[in-house]
This record gives sequence, C-alpha cells and structure tokens, in this order.
Amino acid sequence: MSSMKESMMVMLGRDPVRAKKDELPEDVKQLHAKKRNDKERIEAIKIELAHKAQHKIPEKLRRKRWAVLLFVNLLFLVSYYLDIQLLEGALTASRFVGFHMADVNSALQVMLAFKHVVLNLTIGTITVLVAWWLLGGRTFCSWACPYHLLAEWAEMLHLKLIAKGWATDQTFDRKSRTWLWLVFAILAIVTGYTVFETISPTGILSRALIYGPGLAMIWVALLLLIEIFYSRRAWCRYACPIGLTYGFVGVTSPFVVHYKLDKCFHEAECRKVCLVPHVLDTVIKGRAKGMRIDIGADCTRCGRCIDACPTGALTFKYKGLGKLL
Amino acid sequence: MSKTKKRLTPKEKKRRTFLRSIVMGAGVIGVSMLGVIPVIGRWFERLRPPGALQEDKFLSSCIKCGQCVQVCPVNAIKLAEIDEGFGIGVPYLDARAQACDFSCDGLQCVLACPTGALAHELNYPADTRMGFARVALPGKCLAINGEGFKGLARGPDYEGLLRYDDVDRWSPVKVADYPYDLELCDLCVRQCPIEIRIAQCAEKAPVEGKVERVAEQHGNECPPVHAIAIEVIDGISMPMVKEGCVGCGVCEMICPTEPPAIVIDSTLTLENQA
Repeated sequence: MSSMKESMMVMLGRDPVRAKKDELPEDVKQLHAKKRNDKERIEAIKIELAHKAQHKIPEKLRRKRWAVLLFVNLLFLVSYYLDIQLLEGALTASRFVGFHMADVNSALQVMLAFKHVVLNLTIGTITVLVAWWLLGGRTFCSWACPYHLLAEWAEMLHLKLIAKGWATDQTFDRKSRTWLWLVFAILAIVTGYTVFETISPTGILSRALIYGPGLAMIWVALLLLIEIFYSRRAWCRYACPIGLTYGFVGVTSPFVVHYKLDKCFHEAECRKVCLVPHVLDTVIKGRAKGMRIDIGADCTRCGRCIDACPTGALTFKYKGLGKLL
Repeated sequence: MSKTKKRLTPKEKKRRTFLRSIVMGAGVIGVSMLGVIPVIGRWFERLRPPGALQEDKFLSSCIKCGQCVQVCPVNAIKLAEIDEGFGIGVPYLDARAQACDFSCDGLQCVLACPTGALAHELNYPADTRMGFARVALPGKCLAINGEGFKGLARGPDYEGLLRYDDVDRWSPVKVADYPYDLELCDLCVRQCPIEIRIAQCAEKAPVEGKVERVAEQHGNECPPVHAIAIEVIDGISMPMVKEGCVGCGVCEMICPTEPPAIVIDSTLTLENQA
C-alpha cells in the first residue's frame, strides 16, 4: 500500500511527500478550496482560541499515560520487592506471570551479537512483538519507556528556558536515527557485543529503578541536559534505535491516531506538542490527501495531539473496533 | 556584541544540520564504543553466576534484565555498572560479600535466564565451573598455622547468608548468627556446598527408587568428586582444592582471615593451575 510505504519512508527520515492537486479526491479538493475563504471558519477559530485561552489545556490523556507508564515501571519494582513474581526482570526482558517477554530491540541486539537464539527468547520476542503491534508499535515509547517520561519533563523545562531565551533548539537530520539503527545492528554483528545496550537510557533507567541507580545515570543526565539546553527531545527524535524498531512493529498496527479533515481548523496546536511533527504533516492546510487519514508509523500514540486539538479532529482509532475515546 | 546575526540561507542551514547530525551520530557511536575498553583491557575479572558461557559469549548473549538477580535466595548476584562497558547490566558475584551456596538447589538463575547466557544444559551445582579456589595467602590460613577458630567467621555486622541445614533446611540464615567453635579451622571445607552435598549423599546412600527430598526429585545429584579437603602434609594441615571445585566462592566468603587466605580465581582452570 502506498500510504504504508510513505509512512515508512517518513519514519526513516524522508520529508513527507505533498500530493499534486489533481491527485486529490474531489471532496478533499473542494474542502481545501472552501476552507481558503471561509469567513465563518475564521470566526469559529477566533472563538475557539478565545475559549481555549480561558481554559488551559487539560492534558487528560497525558496524565493517564504517565500513570500507565509509572504503573508499568513500578510493577517491576513492586513485584521484586514483595517477591510476588508478577513481573520479573526489567524492560529489556522479563517474565509476566511466568510468560517470557523480551524487548524487541534488546532481543535483536542479543540475536545479532550472540548469533544464536534460544527458544525462550524467541517466545518472549514474538509475544512482545505481537503485543506492541496490537497496541500500536511506538506506543512502547510514550506509554512504557522510562526515558520518555524524564524527557517529557526535560522538554517542559526546555520550553520554559526557550521562552526566556536561555536555551536553543537545534535540530538534527531525522535520517540520523535510521543510520544509527543500522550502525548499531552492524556493530552487534561485527563486534559480537550488544553495543547499544551500553548506552541505552531505557535499559539503564529500567535497571536503575529496579536494582538501584549507578554510574550510568551520568549518561542519562547528560542526554537530558542536551535536551534541556540544546535540542528538544533530541534522543527520542533523532537517535534512539528502540523507537525505530517499535516503529517497524507498528507500521501495520490497527491502533492509530486518526485525522478528520473536515473537523480540522489547521491551527497547528497538535504539531506544537508533537514529538514527531512530520507525521502530522497532513494537518497543514492543503496537505491532506483524504477526508480521513491514519497518522503514520513514527507516531508514538502518546495522545498529546488529541489533548491539544481544540476541534476534535484527532482521535485514537482501533481499526476494526470502531473509534475509541 | 553585534545584534545582527548573519542570516543563513536554507542551503547553509541544511549543511549545518547535516554536519551537526554527523557529529551527533559519531558522538553516540563513539560513547557506546568506549564500552570496549574495559572489556579488552580486562579491567574486571568477574565471577559469573553458575552456567555462564565463556566471557565473550556471556557478554553478547546476556540481555541485561536481572531475572537471575531476582530469583537468587541469597542475593549473591549483582549487575555490573557502566564502568564495565559492554558488560553493563551483566550479572556477577562478589564472593567475599556473598557467595553462591546453591541453597536454591535448582539453579534458579540458570532457569530464569531468558537468553541462554546461563546455559540451560547445566542441571546440577556440581557440574558448574564458575571459577576455581586457590589458597592465595597460605601464611594467613589458620589451618596451616595449626590454629582453631572460635566466634563469628565474619564478625557481627556481616550481612552474608548461608544455608545451615542444622538451623533451617529451607531458608538461608545470616553467617553473623552462626558462631563456630573449632579446634582446627576447617571452615572452607566445612561450608563447601559440594562437600556438604557429598556428605549428605554418603549418609543416605545407597538411595533406591523414591527419594524423599524435593531437591533430589529435581535432580540435585550427588557430586562425583571432592572439591576441597584438609590434608596433613609433613605435619601441616593444608586446605587442598580438588578437581570438584565449582568456584562458588563460599570458601572465600567464610574464610575468617582478612584478607581471605582462600580466594576464587575466575580465570583459573584446573589444567593451568597444575
């Protein structure tokens, strides 16, 4: 499917392709044209914005997501300390009520480095792969990864500092992550060591939480400092191979953020809060290629765009199950 | 300072972003590759849990999850810090602080390992080879000096645990709660899990048909050869490490001298010790 290929290419770092005017469906073309001089719409936006100025963004989904993320990570800790064997191990690999689970990226590193896969690892990897496919792929990032949470807090600080002019936001080429993913895969094969695990903030933080923090926290702190002062969400946006691995998992996932062109006022509130704004290219006026669009694979399904959208143009959707939320 | 910063053309901007990305990518890979230094430099000669593959293979196959840490009843297993480079998050034992006394019977860490870094082929404690004991400081050894030992082997504040069958067969107790009174110190032999097992086997042998202990039903087989014994040579009592030593570290842990007279060498094999 062309939209799937497009979503993959954008995830790997290419800029989104704009559709030519004559390629667009008739109804989309009409809507795009109508929106250009629609006094009513502009009036509505003004009212909407005034309303929003009164009520701060509630960020309901974000709070829920943080609760889920903390719950997942604390479950490891609680299970260990109470010795209830509910969720043993760490995020890299674990056993949930006895069933093997293995983080897809960590398992991949081990498989490439060790060049031998035992049955338990296969079972664990496939279980997790299927689970995150059902849940949306990069959903792992925003709903489970402990570094994501710290990075979100760092981002809040970063934005405050930016407003005061004390920080800068330097961007990197989004293809960096694809290259890093490839290099780390090759390094695992060639050196025979799980090279990426040495610096994986996800693994480091998960272990720090469960087994106690150590020296590796210096590396995590360094990453956070870079994100606070130099480049917004740099690690997750431009570097982390785990994100890309789960991105691949989610290319065909039934769980997506869903966009409705007719409800969109093109205020770009969603793009301001998005970790991966390139997936929301479609919300820019005149860019949507259909009346209904599923947001691409690089989306972490964090739901911040849904929280931010004043007009309800963005929602979660579970394909085949009707719309959620 | 002039306020007018030179405006960059889109082309220049792109170039800068590209260069910045190269630097960032090189930095990330560079930092991760620093992890090779402690490995190549052999900064740490770690005692690994039972069943651990050969060191290089062990580092590559371990997924750094710590499930082995969680199942160990005596909390003998620790995870390495980032100063061990590629060995980050990989389990090791500090025998002096807490050795592996096999009080789990079933090699729980091996069973817990999801990647086979602790090889699942291992069935019995006696089959493992984590390292090899060595009387490093014979001059310190109480037995060699003909001395006995009375009191707490490691003092009252020592946190380490061991299984003492006469106290509790099923849960390990603090070494600090178990005073000794020995005419000739033989702690390294007395507490050796392999030797304890051999003694139990000898007591019960020959076992035919049904066995009464769960551990035995799980295949906690009798060790085929001795691990350590006190031998009298020229009138001197010497702890002699034998072929059956598995390197569990209990002798190093229990040795009352400071530093311990007997230690585990994780690189020493029986062959090159001879």
